[in-house]
Amino acid sequence: MWAILSLLVENKPGILFKVTHLFRSRNFNIDSISVGVTDNPEYSRMTITTYGDEKQVTQIVKQLDKLIDTIEVKHLDEHKTVYRELSIFKIKLSNANDSMEINKLANAYGGKVHDVRKESIMVELTATPDQIRAFEELAKPFGIIDVARTGVAALERTGA
Amino acid sequence: MAIDLENKMETMTGAKALMTALEKEGVKEVFGLPGGANLPMYDEFSRCNIRHILTRHEQSAAHMADGFGRVSRKPGVCFATSGPGATNILTGIATAQADSAPMVAVTGQVPVAMIGKDAFQESDIIGMANPVVKYAFQPRNAREIPEVVKKGFFIAETGRPGPVLIDIPKDVQTNEAEMVFPDEFKIRGYHPWTDPDMVNIEKAIDMLLNAQKPVILAGGGTIISSAFAELQAIAELLMLPVVTTFKGKGAFPENHPLSLGPIGMHGHAEANRIMSEADCVLAIGTRFSDRSVGTFEAFEKRLKIIHMDVDPAEIGKNQTTQVAVVGDVRASLRIMVKMLMQKAIKQNQENQWLKHVKETKQYWQENLKLHPGEMGAAKILRKLRELLPHQSIVTTEVGQHQMWASLFFDVIHPGTFFSSTGLGTMGWGFPAAIGAKVAKPDVHVVDIAGDGSFAMTENSLATAVLEDIPVIVFILNNFTLGMVAQWQRTFYGRRMIGVDQGKCPDYVKLAESYGALGLRAQSMAELDKAIKEALSSKVATVIDIPIDPEEDVLPFVAPGTSLADMVLPS
Repeated sequence: MWAILSLLVENKPGILFKVTHLFRSRNFNIDSISVGVTDNPEYSRMTITTYGDEKQVTQIVKQLDKLIDTIEVKHLDEHKTVYRELSIFKIKLSNANDSMEINKLANAYGGKVHDVRKESIMVELTATPDQIRAFEELAKPFGIIDVARTGVAALERTGA
Repeated sequence: MAIDLENKMETMTGAKALMTALEKEGVKEVFGLPGGANLPMYDEFSRCNIRHILTRHEQSAAHMADGFGRVSRKPGVCFATSGPGATNILTGIATAQADSAPMVAVTGQVPVAMIGKDAFQESDIIGMANPVVKYAFQPRNAREIPEVVKKGFFIAETGRPGPVLIDIPKDVQTNEAEMVFPDEFKIRGYHPWTDPDMVNIEKAIDMLLNAQKPVILAGGGTIISSAFAELQAIAELLMLPVVTTFKGKGAFPENHPLSLGPIGMHGHAEANRIMSEADCVLAIGTRFSDRSVGTFEAFEKRLKIIHMDVDPAEIGKNQTTQVAVVGDVRASLRIMVKMLMQKAIKQNQENQWLKHVKETKQYWQENLKLHPGEMGAAKILRKLRELLPHQSIVTTEVGQHQMWASLFFDVIHPGTFFSSTGLGTMGWGFPAAIGAKVAKPDVHVVDIAGDGSFAMTENSLATAVLEDIPVIVFILNNFTLGMVAQWQRTFYGRRMIGVDQGKCPDYVKLAESYGALGLRAQSMAELDKAIKEALSSKVATVIDIPIDPEEDVLPFVAPGTSLADMVLPS
């Protein structure tokens, strides 16, 4: 099971270490992690995605909750959550119409094109991890030079 | 020192604020060892009412604080300097964390400006300790110290207790600031108290009443929350046999007719048998450690588990439970007792299951084969029990002697037996006994030891003698790292590697060289005399008891097998 965890934590040095260390010491894996300060500068929000069966996810939520620096830990229901990830692809341009094709592909996924050169083009895409993977599959034949991804950021929908 | 009465502010150094805050927490003793980076704090001992107890190694200081904390249920305090002083206490901190013991460790650190520069005796102790503490603080400003101490003690002693580290850079100790000693504070992410769920307690009662073969499994949490009277009330109202984990040993009087003793790798035969046959267990304050339950899956299918624990993360961690009650186990058990009284539920003395339990207990008490020699472990420990007043506190080291203590030394007065059960730290028992004696000077404190384990912290004899803390070290001396030797005999074709300790040192002479009393007992008559002499001794006493190096601890449940597959003495 793929799980999105949302943590409201104290905005203090060392918290990221404690959270990531907990995953290592309890034998869980982090699929992605993103951290940023909230509107209240005393808190940060961490969004962590992980894989595990229900028992494992329940256990990691409890262990995270036990950390004194975590204020709130939630296992989000992805159907009741807005979650997105920012990704940047650098893609090779080999043929004359590659640039146009990639532009079309980026448009289809709601992406933006940057830094168009003779040999390469960059695409910025904010989407769900599944959509990013799908885009990646379609971009592969052109030749992907590099990818950078931020990890998921997520918030529960109101009334969820 | 300027005092601003209006705002209750006082100007003082960080070091002075630390000692003042410790005094406010009721600290009377600190175990420790000074060094460059904690000298400003040490200087304050000359101006306060806290007694400093000097140790010969920082690890022992941490174990002493641990022993003090377990006995007094208030955090024991240890001091160490930066760098190696701080890394030396890590084992002691990890031991306290594994056994949920309240402790506050205070380390000196290099000045703030030197942090990260690989300064002399700099270690990133916060980074190293984080995985093994309940919480760690590093105040960067002197005025933070009063609140840090207040929060540190609160975290260490509430909920599931544990060790807290306070790492104070040297300039933070010497800087002056206007100090406010707060009465109140908030820790937003810490909620140590949960009210037990009444509905689940009712469900638990129903489940126990409807079970054919119910049993109570009392863990260390029962002792930490002092739920002795409540546990006994429930056992007697419902006529439930009581087994314990090793850490829960002595949560229930072991001479009680319903007591079967500890289960586990070296559990009592009768306890392991009955646990394997039970269909419903009321598990109190336990984490179902592998050493206690073996492979539970073997009989998990028919076993219904009711789990009470203060730590919600323990519910379902190692075992799937049918009913969970999160909260202080004493509070939960009290509610359970009240409900049973209201419903006037009292089980009959006699039923099939109880009859079977009694027969099983009697069978194993009569038929478990013991070492045939005069100086077998069982005979030695039963002699100690016979002569040692029931209120006395017993600690153990780690190894064969520890498991023999579990098997053959009955704890009669609840909450008087302590051991390093989670981390299994050799060398814990003796310094912990010293800490225990400081917490309760009016009772005898005995460290049941083995020669291998005692050797690790034997230099604490200096502390026991110089600080006048007369504890008794009771060494079952097989001149071997006995538990490892037993595994080599059992699993490694008798290839004995790295276990022979030789007859080195002579523990009587060692004790005498420290100014302690050294006694040797080679017969039961000598043992009788030695124990009596130790009990009336005014100085720390070491009793060296040579035993057969080939004696195994049995019964034995091999790792990865079930409690039902116990290996018995042949």
